[in-house]
Amino acid sequence: MADEPLVLGIETSCDETGVGIVRGHTLLADAVASSVDEHARFGGVVPEVASRAHLEAMVPTIQRALKEAGVAASDLDGIAVTAGPGLAGALLVGVSAAKAYAYALGKPLYGVNHLASHICVDQLEHGPLPEPTMALLVSGGHSSLLLAPDITADVRPLGSTIDDAAGEAFDKIARVLNLGFPGGPVIDRIAREGNPDAIAFPRGLTGPRDAAYDFSFSGLKTAVARWIEAKRAAGEEVPVADVSASFQEAVVDVLTRKAVRACKDEGVEHLMIGGGVAANSRLRAMAERRCEDAGITLRVPRPKLCTDNGAMVAALGAEMVARGRSASAWDLSADSSLPVTDPHVPDPDADGDADGHPHSHTHSHDHVHELSRKNLYA
Amino acid sequence: MLLLALDTATPAVTVALHDGSAVIAESSEVDARRHGELLLPAVHRTLKEAGTELGAVTEIVVGTGPGPYTGLRVGLVTAATFGAALGVPVHGLCTLDGIAYAAGEAGLEGPFVVATDARRKEVYWARYDDARTRVTEPAVDHPADLAERVAGLPAVGAGALLYPAVFADVPPGMPEYQSAGALASLAAGKLVRGEELPPPRPLYLRRPDAKVPANYKVVTPK
Ligand SMILES: [Zn+2]
Repeated sequence: MADEPLVLGIETSCDETGVGIVRGHTLLADAVASSVDEHARFGGVVPEVASRAHLEAMVPTIQRALKEAGVAASDLDGIAVTAGPGLAGALLVGVSAAKAYAYALGKPLYGVNHLASHICVDQLEHGPLPEPTMALLVSGGHSSLLLAPDITADVRPLGSTIDDAAGEAFDKIARVLNLGFPGGPVIDRIAREGNPDAIAFPRGLTGPRDAAYDFSFSGLKTAVARWIEAKRAAGEEVPVADVSASFQEAVVDVLTRKAVRACKDEGVEHLMIGGGVAANSRLRAMAERRCEDAGITLRVPRPKLCTDNGAMVAALGAEMVARGRSASAWDLSADSSLPVTDPHVPDPDADGDADGHPHSHTHSHDHVHELSRKNLYA
Repeated sequence: MLLLALDTATPAVTVALHDGSAVIAESSEVDARRHGELLLPAVHRTLKEAGTELGAVTEIVVGTGPGPYTGLRVGLVTAATFGAALGVPVHGLCTLDGIAYAAGEAGLEGPFVVATDARRKEVYWARYDDARTRVTEPAVDHPADLAERVAGLPAVGAGALLYPAVFADVPPGMPEYQSAGALASLAAGKLVRGEELPPPRPLYLRRPDAKVPANYKVVTPK
């Protein structure tokens, strides 16, 4: 439909410079410039290297996205940008660019939440998000279980990792096994040749008194490293495929078990999985089986939409426009620790037009959702 | 010509408009921690003060540093994105050159040194024969290491004020931070004379702090 909002989204929270363009729930362009190769020899993302790369890539990536989408910048209804959470210096490049672009074009600016964007991107794949949706976000930076009754206004954290993110655990084990960085894809590949039941690695935080929805991967990481070291110390060959498969099984088992349990406890019938680790084939397979057994509809976007990208930011921005949420102010901050409970950062002074912001919508609907917690959907 | 000048390489967030003969509006605020928040409102204020809008701008010039990176990039990415959206050329100028030009306007004759705060007990600096003529490449150094090279020369800028033992002669009434008005005047003069300006590329002068991790740490207890 031509009257659906046409929004350009900018994402620079980590090492990908992403610019996406969507019309409503339709993906028109998803341009990404990655600096991952520059970080590989450091075994992790180096913030200053990422920020420098964002500056270089920003304008060319915007232009590539516009060309790919075949739209004129003047036709856009708004510019969305990741306001946080993420690496402070990296976020600032995207936020500054988005402000400049929106101001120059005379369009409203929407500073949005990175985590909510990871959830909202699924609208581009599977249509409107069911309300509520349960979301499991797993990547090198996050491992969270989130309940989203309204992705533009009401996102509730149920649990998250208390130490390493799931993707970080993959990176660290890949390093112990000398498999390079990033570790997720290579472990996924090698694990296919191995036996997931070969070694019984621990499942963190799964005891009866542990927090039901929190995750911990630090103990698992240490257990795997010790197991490998013991083999090496004994002069035996390390069965890389079996270690990879058994480690991956431990991660995926806990993630899917807790996600399904959260759906059941909260009476939610839809689970979406996003973030870079959602590309993991074993995670997808196990989530499919367990969701089917529990009568839950699973939604997992294609891998390119699961990793950080601009389309997810545009998708959430388009939803903000469609639902009449307020735009952000020109002094919007890049907030490295933006709480997940803030799906976007509206102008606190939205009534005044003194700052010259082209407000296209009122903000009267921003707080319609009460935060009463328990049993809303049971 | 309507030239928009921005610079975020020093603690000042500074914006100016120049019509080819003079600065017609300028807005500067000093807050080293809020470059990202302050720049766009400053652009808006400056345009309003001049009674014009961004669409009327025909050229952009941005200070390329050297300066603390996070703030520096705010100006550079803003200038680049404006340029792309408006379809107008974006030029760069060394931030120290703008401060030198302002020192000249304030009456300082050469030779002299410009030094800004590079943090970590270092300064960004360059030597000038006069307000328009830089004779060394911009560099980052510990003040003590350049004492001999700047001895006897007057110095301007916040970096000079910070290290009086090395920069003994800081004349009064000289600029501490960048002013986009000075940057705009310098750039407009060059453009009018048909000189080519440098591209808007950051002068970082330091490599990113990044260490290749030492070998994997064994976790098995000894
Ligand atoms: Zn992410």
